[in-house]
Amino acid sequence: MEIRVNPTRMELTRLKKRLVTAKRGHKLLKDKQDELIKKFLDMVKQNKLLREEVECELVGAFKSFTMARSQMPANVVEESLMIPSARVSINIRKENIMSVNVPRLEISREEGKNLFPYGLANTSAEMDSAIRTLSAMLPKMLKLAEIEKACQLMADEIEKTRRRVNALEYVLIPQLENTIKYITMKLDENERSSRTRLMKIKEMVMQG
Amino acid sequence: MYKIGVIADRDTVLSFKSTGIDTFPAVDETEAADRLMKLVRENYAVIFITEQLAEKIRERIDLFRDKMLPIITLIPSNRGTLGIGISDVKKSVEKAIGVDIIFEREGRE
Repeated sequence: MEIRVNPTRMELTRLKKRLVTAKRGHKLLKDKQDELIKKFLDMVKQNKLLREEVECELVGAFKSFTMARSQMPANVVEESLMIPSARVSINIRKENIMSVNVPRLEISREEGKNLFPYGLANTSAEMDSAIRTLSAMLPKMLKLAEIEKACQLMADEIEKTRRRVNALEYVLIPQLENTIKYITMKLDENERSSRTRLMKIKEMVMQG
Repeated sequence: MYKIGVIADRDTVLSFKSTGIDTFPAVDETEAADRLMKLVRENYAVIFITEQLAEKIRERIDLFRDKMLPIITLIPSNRGTLGIGISDVKKSVEKAIGVDIIFEREGRE
């Protein structure tokens, strides 16, 4: 496969320049891909560990919460949890990892005076401990959200980069090389034919 | 300032009430999907959703996969985990590298 061009010297220089650029681009992209994969692997390992941890702890917390609820009448539970004691909101910064924008979360928490939004008289001790674990879990859950998103975004970017690297490596660069070869051969051929023509003319002139 | 929300079934939502994040109970998938779209519009940056609900509204969640915000994170519900969250991590490894080298290694051990 080659690009259709006129076999002229000007085309040849132009194509050679393009080839140099393509090769440099390929090298740069390849380096980017390697670095991205390295970062991605580190991060995805963290992601996996954190997810397992969070899932395990959450299930545990839910269990103790269910236990706590079973010991109290439903309306008391609803009532005691009606007003949350803390307000959590987050700030988001963008961070650039190898040209991928990933979110970084900063938690800001407006603590109430008390972790527990209810009086201690009507509620069970299990409820307290379940709520304490869940509140402590929140930063970890947000960390998980952050890392997981970063992994997804990086996976997308790696896929994109790989496609570009492959397009350069297996399509554009071979195409350019073939075309350059074709033009060189064509030019050589032209030169040979003009030389024979000259020799022939010279011969005719000598005879004449 | 961004907000954090949880979409989950009634029982799971109750446990998150006291942590100070906004909780939204959803019974079925249509309710969950509507709620999700609403939260996205209302500037929620992090949305936790239970695997049980997420499983049914997969397409909606995948819409936001390649966007920086919102971050939609799956959590187990009080009925336990379905393993979707962890298999999503696995999927991104496969997408990025082609083969899954992190989880596979564990299987052999």
